[in-house]
Amino acid sequence: MKRNFLPVALGAAMALTAGAASASTLEDVKARGKLNCGVSTGLTGFSFTDDNGEWQGFDASVCRAVAAAVLGDPNAVEFVSTTGKTRFTALASGEIDMLARNTTWTFSRDADLNFTFVGVNYYDGQGFMVPKALGVESALQLDGATVCIQTGTTTELNLADYFRKNNMSYEPVPIETNAEARQNYLAGACDVYTTDASGLAASRASFENPADHIVLPEIISKEPLGPLVRQGDEEWSDIVRWVLNSLIIAEEKGITAANADDQKAKSTEPGADTEIARLLGAEGEYGAMVGLDNDFALRAIKSVGNYGELFEEYLGESTPIGLSRGLNAQWTDGGLLYAPPFR
Amino acid sequence: MSVTTLPPTETFRIGMLWTDTRYRSSTIQVIALFIVMLLGAFLINNIIVNLAAQGQDFSFGFLTEPAYYDINQRLIEYDSRSPHWKAALVGILNTLLVAVLGCILATVIGVVAGVLRLSKNWLVSRLLAVYVEGCRNVPVLMQILLLYGIFIEILPRPKAATPMLDGAFVATNRGFYIPSVISHDGAGVVLAVLVASVAGIIYFRRWARARQERTGQIAPVMLVSLGLLIIPTTIAFFAMGSPFSLEYPELKGFNYKGGIHMRNSLVALWLALSIYTGAFIAEIVRAGIQAISKGQTEAAYALGLRPNRTMRLIILPQALRIIIPPMISNYLNLTKNSSLAIFVGYMDVTGTLGGITLNQTGRALESILLLMAFYLTASLLISAAMNKYNESVKLKER
Repeated sequence: MKRNFLPVALGAAMALTAGAASASTLEDVKARGKLNCGVSTGLTGFSFTDDNGEWQGFDASVCRAVAAAVLGDPNAVEFVSTTGKTRFTALASGEIDMLARNTTWTFSRDADLNFTFVGVNYYDGQGFMVPKALGVESALQLDGATVCIQTGTTTELNLADYFRKNNMSYEPVPIETNAEARQNYLAGACDVYTTDASGLAASRASFENPADHIVLPEIISKEPLGPLVRQGDEEWSDIVRWVLNSLIIAEEKGITAANADDQKAKSTEPGADTEIARLLGAEGEYGAMVGLDNDFALRAIKSVGNYGELFEEYLGESTPIGLSRGLNAQWTDGGLLYAPPFR
Repeated sequence: MSVTTLPPTETFRIGMLWTDTRYRSSTIQVIALFIVMLLGAFLINNIIVNLAAQGQDFSFGFLTEPAYYDINQRLIEYDSRSPHWKAALVGILNTLLVAVLGCILATVIGVVAGVLRLSKNWLVSRLLAVYVEGCRNVPVLMQILLLYGIFIEILPRPKAATPMLDGAFVATNRGFYIPSVISHDGAGVVLAVLVASVAGIIYFRRWARARQERTGQIAPVMLVSLGLLIIPTTIAFFAMGSPFSLEYPELKGFNYKGGIHMRNSLVALWLALSIYTGAFIAEIVRAGIQAISKGQTEAAYALGLRPNRTMRLIILPQALRIIIPPMISNYLNLTKNSSLAIFVGYMDVTGTLGGITLNQTGRALESILLLMAFYLTASLLISAAMNKYNESVKLKER
């Protein structure tokens, strides 16, 4: 027993170490039967739990679409809630297969942290919210103000740059979560609350008197938010990228969750749009190119709807958040959504 | 078998490592050491393999790159273009500031509460018992959040705040403002006089003690010390034409400007840590005093010593021997508990190096290692200093 201990321990150590260098993410996900997807700890509209404890929202739907495409079941997702601090470690360590958590695509995150941003699902920008009673109409009047800011985000860096550029001083009040920021802001412990404009709209919608607060017109940064995966597994990043693109193309082509099957059936008729036929798997062998079957995009669209449907359901003007499409309209409507062709 | 028989010469067999009680404990220790080393090697190897698999290197180069973020409370020059190491230093100084302030206030609270808990006045001793049991049994994080919540919800906004004490002190829900001291020409002379006075007091005390040991005469040490401290400095202050003045806080724009701004986060953290740790120290002090036999006091009285001298010369020196060692633990705990600062947005080293820097550079392993190294060093330094002090008060065996 004693004599055998050392080789056994060494063997176990080597086996464990070897286990860290894993097979491809696609194989792992298929073998597991579940997609591990990182989302935020809770942000109205983007990822939140509904009355039944199910994760819903604009970001959470991206996870569900990928699960539908890869595993055929939009509910085969294990949601992992991550904070601004833990998100990158969770992804890098392999705890999650993809991260869909309003994360800004930046150079250093892409290059230095070794992640691959697969696209943009929301074009955002940093803004400021102030109480109307303050009488401030422009961010340039904020010299000397106390600013509440969520720590560990790109907004912290943009804020420092903006005030430096305009030769203004400010007092940052660093805050860990959205809920604490709200408490500080409403108590007047800070004059200004700054975060992504979509986040400001979501927070303002939850105030008792939203009309007492205004979002200043200045947008001081570009915040392209999108899902990301670990670098080095190109097959997996292609899958996530093209699931997202499929949802965008579906809106452009008028394919919805309800009519997707009809569209597929009609797409092989003469005079039909051949891109719809390729996207929905009626023509060609596109699924095989990423290690899936040909219906992967069809399943994704059928399970969560196209990009426009998602936007209307979770963020649009009919929701309490009430965001307009703005930059997030299709390129044909003057927005920035421009998915590469499916061919 | 007779008593004179020589013990049989044993031949050592490998099995005896386990079966023979003389060797067994050594065998177990060697095996245990082996397992620990194996685990350590496995962990290090695992880190190297995984970092390599993620294509990341292990480097501290990020420390010299610009930090790009601002810090509200900084004791040294710092702006958003300063490097990460400087941001870490700002955080370290903030940690040390709250730790030092906290240790001092906790000691004051603890000693007062510990002594008062022994009071013969029923109400006083019960009240202090409520304080001790209440505060040391509630997690310190709750106390920090409670104080911070009270500050931001109850204190007025800057524009609604009324300055107190002729404008010297302002309490707002963004912090407390107190006057700051501004020095003009000639300030150096006053400071030099002050330093000379302090040196004089130390010299006088040595002389008084030596004389007392020689002749038994007691000099009025307290009175002379106070006089030495105040009179020459005051004369110098007016002789140089009042080279120090106070700057009062004034409301300008959104906030008060001027004076010293003690942020809510600092005050809440400082008070909560002090109140929490003070409760523990109170118990230590009470135990220390109660451990000294009553006979010591009676013997001192019999020799004609007055109560305060009895306390200072007989009871406290003996009580300190019992009080100091557990006190070290409490100072260490307070220092480490200060890492809860981020919950109220106080930018200590956990907030800068272990928070924003870690998050913006993604260098989690390096940042956490540095952070642990800092806390380890700080704790060991506090221990070393307190042990040195303990050495000086402990029983001298001659």
